[in-house]
Parts: sequence; structure tokens; C-alpha cells
Amino acid sequence: MAPIVSIQNLTKSYASGFQALKGVSLDIEEGEILALLGPNGAGKTTMISIICGIVMPSGGRVTVAGHDVVKDFRATREIIGLVPQELTLDAFETVFNTVAFSRGLHGKKPDPAMIERILRDLSLWDKKDTMLRQLSGGMRRRVLIAKALSYEPKVLFLDEPTAGVDVALRKDMWQLVERLRASGVTIILTTHYIEEAEEIADRIGVINKGEILLVEEKAALMQKLGRKTLTVELAEPVAVVPETLAPFNLRIGSEGRTLIYDYETSGERTGITGLLSAIAQEGFRLKDVSTQQSTLEDIFVELVGEAK
Amino acid sequence: MNFEAIKSIYLFEMARTRRTLMQSVISPVVSTSLYFIVFGAAIGSRIQEVDGVPYGAFIAPGLIMLTLLNQCIGNGSFGIYFPKFTGTIYEILSAPISVVEIVIGYVGAAATKGLLIGTIILATASLFVDISIAHPFLMVLFFVLTAVSFSLFGFMIGIWAKDFEQLNVIPMLVIPPLVFLGGSFYSIDMLPPFWQTVSHFNPVLYLVSGFRWSFYEIADVNPLISLGIVVVFLAACLSITAWIFKTGYKLKN
Ligand SMILES: Nc1ncnc2c1ncn2[C@@H]1O[C@H](COP(=O)(O)OP(=O)(O)O)[C@@H](O)[C@H]1O
Ligand SMILES: [Mg+2]
Repeated sequence: MAPIVSIQNLTKSYASGFQALKGVSLDIEEGEILALLGPNGAGKTTMISIICGIVMPSGGRVTVAGHDVVKDFRATREIIGLVPQELTLDAFETVFNTVAFSRGLHGKKPDPAMIERILRDLSLWDKKDTMLRQLSGGMRRRVLIAKALSYEPKVLFLDEPTAGVDVALRKDMWQLVERLRASGVTIILTTHYIEEAEEIADRIGVINKGEILLVEEKAALMQKLGRKTLTVELAEPVAVVPETLAPFNLRIGSEGRTLIYDYETSGERTGITGLLSAIAQEGFRLKDVSTQQSTLEDIFVELVGEAK
Repeated sequence: MNFEAIKSIYLFEMARTRRTLMQSVISPVVSTSLYFIVFGAAIGSRIQEVDGVPYGAFIAPGLIMLTLLNQCIGNGSFGIYFPKFTGTIYEILSAPISVVEIVIGYVGAAATKGLLIGTIILATASLFVDISIAHPFLMVLFFVLTAVSFSLFGFMIGIWAKDFEQLNVIPMLVIPPLVFLGGSFYSIDMLPPFWQTVSHFNPVLYLVSGFRWSFYEIADVNPLISLGIVVVFLAACLSITAWIFKTGYKLKN
């Protein structure tokens, strides 16, 4: 199936001369949840802004449902929803009116019943006549989401939807994303919370300094790059790793009290059996043995670190 | 055409107008009344008729134009500057709407408000002086074309302006001299020849002159030329606006 969003060699240089995107290519499949993970300044917002029509690309092209986002902007913007990173809202509008306004801008006939449903879903219904300037940050975020949902987009961009949001709202948001996906909406969210990507994404893209470092199925990514470490805690500390254990490339930790072994979970043989028997032959007395799975966070830090 | 979008923008802007209507109306009504009291009654009683029209009535079209120009430029520029300033412009830029629709929505609303207040000023003027309108159709045509052109002109200022100071500088510094030197308070053949020539480079002269002709059939320039100038000005504003959106000038990084 053709990807719903196809980004080809996209570049962006701002007027300042700063190159925010350095040739990004990325295909997004219909119905998936893609998390774009990257530190501040990586180019996430720039990329989304180009797709949505807020920023002009310098080079390359983007299609959404087969339509070019610049030439066929009407066709693409009709199906794209955007929840921006910044909490920008008209101070003197009411919640209901601003959501109805968004629907109208997208060429949809007024549908108060549908807006009521969206507002109820987002626990905003009792605030429908409240002026936007009177809302808290979390409430504003919900309003921005309601605005984006008001015109029933097929592709939804959530730019750091849970930045500065409390835990309860974050969980709500994740559930909402699940419900939307179930209804067939493709979701692209950016975040620098790894936990968030790990929780809800099908695929994860890592972007840094205007370049996509990788895009992978979440599970495959965890497996491919996922490393485990085995930590052997010794009864008596050692100063050096004995000759016989050299093939295992052990590291010494906690001032000689632990031996640390890194291994790949994807490998046929992990080497654990060999290591443990070699340790036993050396006559070490073991206090404890534990393993740790590397998290997406470790993977991310490693990738971004390498790119430096 | 995305009519729903045009309607949404227009109604959004009109809602803003409704919220601020009182303050928008009071100031021009008060200042127009003062003009009539000072120029019309106090000074005007010592000034003879101009081309057979009593002085108070003579200045009425110019005063209406002054208000219309100020209002339209103010509304047009603020309407687009404000979302730019707060950031809510993102929604306009990412909606499936073309330049034409954006302009119809914003400029239509700015012109509507300008026309509304212009009409109120006309009513105010008729409280002070006897006003007759010889060519109502032409008068409305000048009224509407001017409102649309200058709302569009304001719209461009709103896009160009980087801060509130720039937003206010043209309406405050440029429009009053153009209006005052555009024959609002006198007929330009009262001026020395040199200044008469200079005045012909002032577009507002043509507006005021044409507009006044539709009231009293007296004019500094041929009313058809006036009409032509208004249309040319409108066309120029339209092309610059089209260019702005095509290039994303100051709207899109
Ligand atoms: N309007 C702009 N002019 C110049 N540089 C910009 C502009 N907007 C963003 N940038 C720069 O582009 C880079 C990417 O920004 P952004 O896309 O917002 O990153 P992210 O969303 O990943 O944090 C940053 O270094 C930022 O400073
Ligand atoms: Mg960002």
C-alpha cells in the first residue's frame, strides 16, 4: 500500500541561514502511530510545519495521500489535523466557538452535535462557554486537540502533545490516541519523552540536527539495538579481570565488586552459560546475579551521542 | 471555493467588531462632531461657500473619507496582525483555504466595519449640516471601493508590520496628511499652482474629489478619473497581496 505521508529529501534553511532539515526522507503508513523522537532543536516542528503549510520547504517534496502539500494544498490540508506545540489560542473566544471556527475553516458544515461529542470526550463540555484566556495550560492543550479533531482529519500531527502536561492528562491523551487509531486515523507525534514513544508508538523515528537517524518498528528497534547487561556481584572485590575471562570483554564496576557483561539479545548464543562456568572455575564466590534490558532511552542517548 | 472558511473568518472578525464596536464608534463620532463645530460652525461662518456649497456641507465628504480610511486601514491591519502576533495564524495557514478566501474573509469584515462606521459618520454629519446626495449610486460605489481598497491596504500593513509601532505608523503618520492635503477642507484651486501640481500625486485627492462629486457635483478632478484611480489602487493592492501569499512573505518562514 502506498504510504499516506511520503517525505522525500526534504530540506529547510531558515532566513537566518540555519539549516533545520538536511534532506529528510520518511514514509508513514496509513493507520500507524509514528513517534518522532528527538532533542530540542532537532527539526521536528519544522518538519511538521512544512507538511501542514506553515513553513515553506527549501527543497524536496512531501505528499499526503498522493497529493503534493504545496501544489495540492487543498486536498492535503483537508485531511491533515494539527495540534501545535505552542498553546496559542484567541484570548477572547469561547471554547465552543473556537472549535466550531476550526471546523468551518476546514470547509465543513457546522455540526454542533459532533462538537459536543468531542468536547465531552476531552472533558471540556462544562467549559464550553468559558473564555480561552481563563483556561489552564492543560485545558488549553485539550482545546487545541478538540480544534484539530473538529474537522475529522485522517492524518493527525501532535507536536509534543504532553509537554508540560500532568500525568492524568498524559494518560488521557494516550487513550485518546488509541481510540483515534482504532478509528483509522494515522498519528504522527513528536516527543522528547522516550517513555511516551515507548508506550504508544508502532514505529519510532529518531531525528537529530535535521537528520533522521533511523526509523524502525518499536519492537524490532528494541531487539536490534536492545542490549542486555549481566551484572555479577562478587563476595570479594577483584582488581583485574583474570586472563581466562578475557574473551568475554568484562568490565569491572563498583570498585571491583561487580563484573559487568554486555550481550546482544538478538544473538543465537548469549554466552552466559560459558561466562558463568568460567567464573565458577576461577573460584569466585558470587553474591548476586542480575540482568538489565536497555531501554529506548539508552538507545536514543547512544544514537544521538554518536551523531555528535 | 471554501465558502465555510470565508464565512468562519468573516463571522469571527465581525464578532470581534461587535465586542469593540462602542469604542470604535465613539471616537470618530466625537472627532467628526468637533470638526463640524470648529471648522463648520466657528471658522466656516467666515468662509464663503465653495463652488456654491456651504462650507460645512463641503467638508462632510472629506470627513467621512477620513474616518473610512482610518477605520479600514486600522481594521484591515489589525485583523491579520493580531493572529500573527499571538501565533493563531498557524490555523489559517494550515487550513485548506486559498489567498482569495483569506482575503475575502478578513478584508470583507474590515470593509464592513469601515462602511458601518462611515455610515454612522454620514448620519452624524447630517445632524450638523444639510447634506444632499446627487448621485447615490456613485456615492455608494466610491464608498464601497474605497472601503475595500483601504482594508486591503491595511491588510498588507498588517502582514508587513513587525510590531505594534509599525502597525500604527502608517495610519497615524501618512493618512492624516494625505487627507488634509487631499482637498478635504478646501478646493485645490485655492492653492498656488505649484501645490496644485503636487496635490495631483496624492491619491486621496481623487477619492475625496470623486466622493464629493457624488454629493454636490463639484470636483477638483474629473470623477471618472477619480473612479479609475480607485480601481487602479485596488488592483495594485490585490496584486501585492497575491504576491505576498505566493512567496509566503512575512507569513511563512
Ligand atoms: N523561524 C526560524 N528562524 C530561524 N531558525 C529557526 C526558526 N524556527 C526554528 N529554527 C531553528 O531550527 C531548529 C529546529 O527547530 P524546531 O523544528 O522547532 O525543532 P524541534 O521541534 O525538534 O525542537 C532549531 O535550531 C531552531 O532554533
Ligand atoms: Mg518543536
